[in-house]
Amino acid sequence: MTEEHLLKGWEEFEAGALLFSFEGDPSQRKFHENNSIHHSVADWRVLKPVFNEELCIHCQFCWVFCPDTSIIPKDKKFGEIDYVHCKGCGICSDVCPTNPKSLVMFANQTPIEEALRNWPAKDEKKKENSDG
Amino acid sequence: MAKQHRVVWDGNMAASQAMRQAQIDVVAAYPITPSTPIVQNYSQFVADGEVEGEFVMVESEHSAMSACVGAAAGGGRVATATSSQGYALMVEVIYQASGMRLPIVMNVVNRALAAPLNIHGDHSDMYLGRDAGWINLVANNPQEAYDLCLCAFKIAEDMRVRLPVAVNQDGFLVSHTAEVGEHLEDADAYGFVGDYTAHNPMLDPAKPVTYGAQTEGEWHYEHKMRQNYALVNAVPVVEEVLKAYSQLSGRDYAPVECYQTEDADELIICMGSVVGTTTMTVDRLRKAGRKVGMVAIRLWRPFPKEALAAAIKNAKSIAVLDRSCPMGTTGALYNETAAVMVENDKSANLINYIYGLGGRDTTTEHLEGIFDDAAECTKAGKRVKPIIQTINLRGKSLSFYE
Repeated sequence: MTEEHLLKGWEEFEAGALLFSFEGDPSQRKFHENNSIHHSVADWRVLKPVFNEELCIHCQFCWVFCPDTSIIPKDKKFGEIDYVHCKGCGICSDVCPTNPKSLVMFANQTPIEEALRNWPAKDEKKKENSDG
Repeated sequence: MAKQHRVVWDGNMAASQAMRQAQIDVVAAYPITPSTPIVQNYSQFVADGEVEGEFVMVESEHSAMSACVGAAAGGGRVATATSSQGYALMVEVIYQASGMRLPIVMNVVNRALAAPLNIHGDHSDMYLGRDAGWINLVANNPQEAYDLCLCAFKIAEDMRVRLPVAVNQDGFLVSHTAEVGEHLEDADAYGFVGDYTAHNPMLDPAKPVTYGAQTEGEWHYEHKMRQNYALVNAVPVVEEVLKAYSQLSGRDYAPVECYQTEDADELIICMGSVVGTTTMTVDRLRKAGRKVGMVAIRLWRPFPKEALAAAIKNAKSIAVLDRSCPMGTTGALYNETAAVMVENDKSANLINYIYGLGGRDTTTEHLEGIFDDAAECTKAGKRVKPIIQTINLRGKSLSFYE
């Protein structure tokens, strides 16, 4: 949010409190200053998902299910996590089918390296391809 | 002037025919007495293929207005109808409609609010929505219910306004009373209303937009004042549309209707079906040499302060009629009148009557009594009656604020 936007007078806002996503042609991806892309919700998060590249099969379930489009794919593979907009709901980890999971929830303050060192082991009781 | 057709319609049929002629994209409604026939007639038009738009039968009035908000934000012409408890259930969403500046048209067939439950006419529901940010027009007979419903679309959709409009008519006394009236041909009616122009529609992928954003301390006040600016400044647009409609139909309307006010010493100010009865009473008393007149409020919101000031400028005593129990103060129309008097340094004896609750009859005899009270004040040169009086109430005489 720009300082200028916060100082706008009543007559300068769009009637009906409407917010536009883009400036001009949407295909140019010039995001409007009101667009959520500029607003961090990282502090809503208690847990954060951590990604383990060695385990991922790139099924993209996490990308499909993430309610905040915070799984950013690249070339139809897992790309990165958008930690500015991820609210830590854990759905990505929940739907991850690998064993052990490729996305695991850790406390928000845990450094990524530490999380990777403490990755859970394979669950031997869990049958391969089981949907439980 | 356009060709007209004579018909016998009640207020509900009149409103539904105006809706048919306006070629609405989406009507979402949940029927409730006494507005049920509006929804029923309209659904019949849909079933008979007379209208092309969608009719959405929803599970409650809250859903009806929610569907209207969604459809209007999507970019369509939208209308609905309701009454009383249904209106009350819609209230949360009618504030959303006006706050998002959606030009929805709603026919409100006025009815009492429970408890105790009552299906008959009074203005409790209209007063409930008083501060909701809708333009409110008042139709006093079936002809006006038809005419004002057509005007409502044109007012709401005007780019200088873009606010929802409610067209009020009294339950049963207007909605179910069949009278001879005239209507325009379909092409003329639609030509007057015009094609719908979508403004920032959600269904435009070339310009994605968010409706219903949250605005905390930094913005909320600015947005509400912008909305109020549009509402207050809608008065000249309303006048303009009513004038254009008068040229088309030959029927004149104004935000404040004056009847024999110019030389009147005593005035009744009122709204709704009682306007017809008051007109008759004025005629009767004028024949007997009494200088009485009537001011009917056609535009309840935005309140036409200037026009009311002009209408009452010569009056010595003014009786204001409110068809809703004010619950702990004076009636809302009385309060508006008192404010206009103070703002214009106008002094007159001002008295308030609470009448017609739950469909209680108000006759010419009652109105003559009110003019008599006002005349007593005029003669005494001061207010000699209690501030609030009741009319046709059983039991011991009851008044408030001596």
